[in-house]
Amino acid sequence: MEFEFPTPLTTVPSTANKTGVWRTFRPVINYEKCIRCYICWKFCPEPAISFVPGDKYPAPSEAFLKRDAVEINYDYCKGCGICANECPKGAIDFVLERGDGQ
Amino acid sequence: MRNTTIPEEEYMLPGHVACLGCGAALAMRYALKALGKKTIVSVPACCWAVIPGVYPYRTLEVPLLYTAFEVTGAAISGIREALEVLGQDDVTVMGWAGDGGTADIGIQALSGAMEREHNVIYVMYDNEAYMNTGVQRSGATPFGAWTTTTPVGKLRIYKKERKKPVAEMMVAQGVPYVATANIAYPEDLIRKLRKAKEMKGPKFIHIYATCPTGWRVPPNKTIEIAKLAVQTRVFPLYEVENGVYKINVKPKERVPVRDYLRMQGRFRHLTEEEVELIQKMVDEEWEKLLLKEEMTNRVRKE
Repeated sequence: MEFEFPTPLTTVPSTANKTGVWRTFRPVINYEKCIRCYICWKFCPEPAISFVPGDKYPAPSEAFLKRDAVEINYDYCKGCGICANECPKGAIDFVLERGDGQ
Repeated sequence: MRNTTIPEEEYMLPGHVACLGCGAALAMRYALKALGKKTIVSVPACCWAVIPGVYPYRTLEVPLLYTAFEVTGAAISGIREALEVLGQDDVTVMGWAGDGGTADIGIQALSGAMEREHNVIYVMYDNEAYMNTGVQRSGATPFGAWTTTTPVGKLRIYKKERKKPVAEMMVAQGVPYVATANIAYPEDLIRKLRKAKEMKGPKFIHIYATCPTGWRVPPNKTIEIAKLAVQTRVFPLYEVENGVYKINVKPKERVPVRDYLRMQGRFRHLTEEEVELIQKMVDEEWEKLLLKEEMTNRVRKE
């Protein structure tokens, strides 16, 4: 009998569910302080933090631009604040959501 | 350019419905990073039966078989044996159950699956109560904790019994690979799951997963508390390979258990004497663990 690795029956990826609307507080990365250590990415339980090319955002110094930057995806970020709490440089502010999508 | 300490591939999608700061969601994210796409997961009733969302949504990029509360061990045994009949030996089978579904309700199915030596990984992700149904006490709830079925109040009814040591039970049963892991130490967690994947036979892994909702802590403290659990020696990180213990993290400083307990709402009712009592229990367990490591390594050498 030919074996076929089973694929999930549930066809719609959960990315259709925008959990960002749950958010009360919004984490905002302060790119002037971010040393691109990726600890926030590592500990994000969604995961709602992804990598972008290094020159997309400013950095503390020229040297950091070579490393990829991180970006928070506000469509899914529930605002738990783990990233802000774990950031070794205190580079993530945690601000009250205003509901204006910004 | 980037270098990360854990694999970059994601097999868990965002948009799932875990609570803010969920430790169990993080645990699954890491586990699948370690095991990869050719994995079949089975979950009983537990938080993870809810987290992926309702049909037709999927949050995991691997097949997920839901089972009844008590049968995770039996379900993964069956999946493995079916794969064997089909001649498939490159698929990893993982049972993924909470502490209630492992320590209480699923213990006989787990024990049976381990005894029959199926080539499976059983993970108990431990949030220390029945969180999915609203924080009821389980066998793995620690001494002193508040839950909705140990509600403290004027009569001070908190959990008066010790946490059930499921990993030690598995060691006693002779499971060839038993390990504890913690979401605050993802590199260690992933290494252990990879090791389990490479090994043939039954494997048991106990993952500490903070539950901000049930433990009454702010969600941003998830990792901080999990780290403290290791540093205070409340939840030691160790692995047992063929009966030989190895403690992975030996905290240099003795961080008082008070620091860990006072961060959590579920322990706020404890008096200083009770905190001291818990400190004594933790110290005792740690001493025992050190002796186990020494003893089993000596026996192995001789």
